Amino acid sequence: MVMRASAPARLDATFAALADPTRRAILARLAQGEASVSELAEPFAMTQPAISKHLKVLERAGLISQGRDAQRRPRRLEARPLAEATAWLERYRHFWEGRFRQLDDLLDELQAHRPPRKSTKG
Amino acid sequence: MTHAGKLKVTAIGERDIAITRDFAAPRRLVFDAYTKPELVRRWLGGLEGWSMPVCEIDLRVGGAYRYVWRHLKDGAEMGMGGVYREIAAPERLVATEKFDEAWYPGEALLTLELVERAGRTFLTQTMRYESREAREAVLKSPMEEGLVVSFDRLEALLTSTPGGAA
Repeated sequence: MVMRASAPARLDATFAALADPTRRAILARLAQGEASVSELAEPFAMTQPAISKHLKVLERAGLISQGRDAQRRPRRLEARPLAEATAWLERYRHFWEGRFRQLDDLLDELQAHRPPRKSTKG
Repeated sequence: MTHAGKLKVTAIGERDIAITRDFAAPRRLVFDAYTKPELVRRWLGGLEGWSMPVCEIDLRVGGAYRYVWRHLKDGAEMGMGGVYREIAAPERLVATEKFDEAWYPGEALLTLELVERAGRTFLTQTMRYESREAREAVLKSPMEEGLVVSFDRLEALLTSTPGGAA
């Protein structure tokens, strides 16, 4: 099976990056606008090195990038990989929702044919 | 008319995809719908434009299941199957899953867990793929998009059919 190497690797890195609550919180903060490392560290009560570690993971996943200001080196959100990952999951979800709606109908029918527990047979 | 619970899909770790959803039925029925061929056909088979010529289930540990769908127009077939690893009716089922067409590499492991509360069944279905690449292939599969369309059509069909055979 032939697969493009770059896109799958990025998608996986996205999921891995999103698995951590601190990193999700950082992304939520950056969704409001760019911020420097110290600004990012503040609300999380974390040391700058600890935050930097998370930022590296997010950077590798392509979820954030560094802004132009050489002094502050602000980080900003890169929306595309996040949107991509969400889109794949959404399609998968849609597929199963279709199947499960069939299952709903089947279960309804099965229950209509057997007397439900709460009511007595007329 | 069914008040279905919301379906949630999550990518976990490197290789898993977990699905959670609840159903307005006791878990015994949901378990049956996953393990009795005549019921499996009702929700996985019978797609508009497709037949399901094969739906075989040997429900015992080490027993195999096999599903085949055939496209009515072009005769194209899509088959899949696997082996049951754990059976604890009506709460847990573990089975391998492999498609004939290798649209994702290797074998996946499906774990179905059913929890019942107040007559509702809370389902968790976890697919563990052999590699992160395999999971990517699943999430990106165009085949699934095609099937989605078919399933949606079937739904319209079923809801317009007066409650028939069981």
